[in-house]
Amino acid sequence: MTATAVRPAGPAPSDLPHGVAGMPFAKAINAGLRAALASDDKVLLMGEDIGALGGVFRVTEGLQAEFGEDRVVDTPLAESGIVGTAIGLAMRGYRPVVEIQFDGFIFPAYDQITTQLAKIHFRTAGRIELPVVIRVPFGGGIGAIEHHSESPEALFAHTAGLRVVSPSSPQDAYTMIQEAVASPDPVLFLEPKGRYWEKGDVDLDAPVGVGAAARTLDHAAVVRPGTDVTVVAYGPTVHTALAAAKTAADEDGTSIEVVDLRSVSPVDVPTVVASVKKTGRCVVVHEAPTFHGVGAEIAARVTEECFYALEAPVLRVGGYHAPYPVAKLEHDYLPSVDRVLDAVDRVLAH
Amino acid sequence: MIEHSDELVQLVGPDGEPVVSEANAPYRERAARYLLDGPEPDAAAERLRGLYRDMALVRRFDVEATSLQRQGELALFPPLLGQEAAQVGSGRALRSQDYVFPSYREHGVAWTRGMDLADVMPIFRGVEHGGWDPAAHNFHIYTLVIGSHALHATGYAMGVQRDGLVGTGDAARDMAVVAYFGDGATSQGDVSEALGFAAVNNAPVVFFCQNNQWAISVPTAKQSRVPLARRAWGFGMPGVRVDGNDVVASWAVADEALERARSGGGPTFVEAVTYRMGAHTTSDDPTRYRTSDEEESWGRRDPIARVRAYLEKYDAWDDAREAALLAEADELGEHVRTTVRAMDAPPASRLFEHVYATPQAQVAAERAAFEAYEAGEPVSSPFEGLLDSPATTGGNR
Repeated sequence: MTATAVRPAGPAPSDLPHGVAGMPFAKAINAGLRAALASDDKVLLMGEDIGALGGVFRVTEGLQAEFGEDRVVDTPLAESGIVGTAIGLAMRGYRPVVEIQFDGFIFPAYDQITTQLAKIHFRTAGRIELPVVIRVPFGGGIGAIEHHSESPEALFAHTAGLRVVSPSSPQDAYTMIQEAVASPDPVLFLEPKGRYWEKGDVDLDAPVGVGAAARTLDHAAVVRPGTDVTVVAYGPTVHTALAAAKTAADEDGTSIEVVDLRSVSPVDVPTVVASVKKTGRCVVVHEAPTFHGVGAEIAARVTEECFYALEAPVLRVGGYHAPYPVAKLEHDYLPSVDRVLDAVDRVLAH
Repeated sequence: MIEHSDELVQLVGPDGEPVVSEANAPYRERAARYLLDGPEPDAAAERLRGLYRDMALVRRFDVEATSLQRQGELALFPPLLGQEAAQVGSGRALRSQDYVFPSYREHGVAWTRGMDLADVMPIFRGVEHGGWDPAAHNFHIYTLVIGSHALHATGYAMGVQRDGLVGTGDAARDMAVVAYFGDGATSQGDVSEALGFAAVNNAPVVFFCQNNQWAISVPTAKQSRVPLARRAWGFGMPGVRVDGNDVVASWAVADEALERARSGGGPTFVEAVTYRMGAHTTSDDPTRYRTSDEEESWGRRDPIARVRAYLEKYDAWDDAREAALLAEADELGEHVRTTVRAMDAPPASRLFEHVYATPQAQVAAERAAFEAYEAGEPVSSPFEGLLDSPATTGGNR
C-alpha cells in the first residue's frame, strides 16, 4: 500500500496567517505537528515532558492543551519503552511521533529502533507498516553538558528500513515533519537544536507529499547555485556552508554551490552527482565525526560516479574521532566557516 | 488494594487427582467447565478431552519438527516439550479478537489460535523471517530478541484502549493483548519498562511468563531471588503463580487475567511454573548444565500424562479414543513433514523486497546493480533516473 497523492497542507493554526515572516525554526516544527495532529486522528505525540512543559525546547508547546492527554502523551522516563510502545501503537493503526529529549539519550532505544522498528516491515514481508517518527534534537553549538550535543545519524543511516532526515530551515522543518508523519516508513527526524531560534519565512500552504510524493524525504535541494566547488551539507551545517559560500564570493569571487541533502538515508545521489560533474570539486560538511560518517559514503559515491569529472579528491569537514568535547571546546570541534573555507581552498589548489 | 500471594494455583495434581483447597476455590469455580468432579461432569469431560487432544497434537508436532531438524530439513528448532499445558490452557482462554505477541516457542498457542502449524516452519527452515500473516489469527510473528515484544504488546494494548475496545461489556468486542515470554526475559529492561508502561496506562495486557526453569543453561535462581510473579507487585499489578503443568489451572488463571484486561481492570502478570523437558533448541545440550535426576523428577509431572490420568480416573478416556487420537497425530506429522519438504528458498529478488514500504533510492540502485551482475551486464550508474525530477530549490532562508 503506497499512497502517492499530494494532500493539501493541514488546516492552518488559527493564530497564524498562511504565510509567516520570520518564524522561528522550533515554532515551524510546532506548526507542522499541529497540522499533522489536526489532519489525522491517528497521529499521536509521545515523549518525556512534551505535555504541560511543551518539551525542553518547547517544540510541542500548547499541543497537549489543544489535543488532549491521549494524543499528546507524557510517557514514563524510558526511551526503549517509548519507542517499543510506539511500535505497538503503530501496529494497531496509530501514527506515533516520538520525541527523544536529546541525541545522547537515544541509545537506550537503539535496539528497539534498529532491531524492531527498522526491520518489522521486512520481517513480515510487508504485512506490517510502522509509520513512526522519532524526533531528536541533535547536534551541538549550544554550550551544553555531555550527551546533549551529539550527531548519531550515521549509526541509523547504516540500518536499512529507516529513513533519516534533517531539515535546515523553518520552511523545510514545517514541510518535512508533516511528510515524515505521513510516511508509511519509520523516519528518524533530526532537528538541529542549535538552529531552533533561527527565523525564516514559512508558507503554511506549502504542499505536503504523502508516500512516494513526499519529496523532502529523499530529494536534496540546491540552496545556492555555484560553479567552482560543491559543498554538501545537511541540518545544522547548511547554514555554515551558506555562510562560507557568501564569504568566499565576497572575498575572492569563488563560486560555491551548496547542496542541502535533507535526507542522509537515502541520499539524493543524482543531485549531488549533477552538481559535482559541473564543479569538479566536492567538500562534505557535517558535525558528526568524519570517520565512517555520512561524508565517507558521499565521497565514495562521488568518486565512483564522477571520477572523470573530479579535479581534486573529495574532502570532509566534520567532528573528530573523539567523544564530543566540553562546551568550552566545542567550537574547535564543530565545522566552522573557516574550516569549510580551508577545505575549499585545498580542493581548489589541485 | 491488590492482595498478593506466592501460592501456586493448582486444580489437578501430578497424578491426576483433583486439588481442593480454600485458596483455589475461586479458580475451581471459574474452571468448573473442565472439572470432572464439578457440576457438569459429562460436558466437562468432553471439553477436557479437547484440551488433551490439543496437547497431544502439539506434542506430536514438536516431535516431528525436532526430527525434521535432525534430518537436515530445518536449520534449528526450539521445542516446547513439557510446556503444552501452560500454552494450551492459556491459549484456549483467548477469544478470537484478542491479540497475541508470542516469543519463539509458542507453537502450542499458535495451535489454539487456529494456525496451521506448518506455517511456523518457514522461519526455522530459513526461507522466511516471519512466515505467516499476523492479522489472520491475531497471532503476531515470533520475536527472537528476548523481551522486546512485551513493549509492542503494551503499545498495542494502549491502541486498543484508544479504540474504545475495553470495558464496553460487549463480549464480542472487548479485547485483551497477551505477551508470552520466559523466565530469562524477566531480567530484560524492556520487560520491566513494559510492566511500568502497562501499569500507569492501565493497559489491557496480560504478561504470560512461562517459567520453564532454564534460560538456555542458566537457572531461574540466577535471574531472580524472589518468585517471578512478585516482579509485578512493585508495579502495582497482580502477579499470580500457577502450576503451568496443570492445563485446567493454566486456563483458569489466564481466563481471570484476560477478563480483567478486557473489562478495563488493567494488566496482570502470570507466572506459569513449568519445565522445559527438551533442549533450548536443537543446537543445545542440556547434559552440560542439568542432572538427569532433575529431568526425571519433572518427567513425573508431565502435563499430558496428568490429564490422561485425570480422565481415566473418571472413566472418561479409553483405548479407542487414544488410538483415534494417535492416528490424527500421525496425520498431522505427515502434513508438517510434507509441507516442510516442499518449502523452497525464495527468489533472490527477496533480498530487496519490503525493506521499505515506499520506493527507496538506495535499495533500488543496489537491486539494479545486483540484477545486472546476475545477468552479466555492466552497470555504470545505478542511481540514474531513480528520482523523477531534478532537485528542488530550498525553502526561504
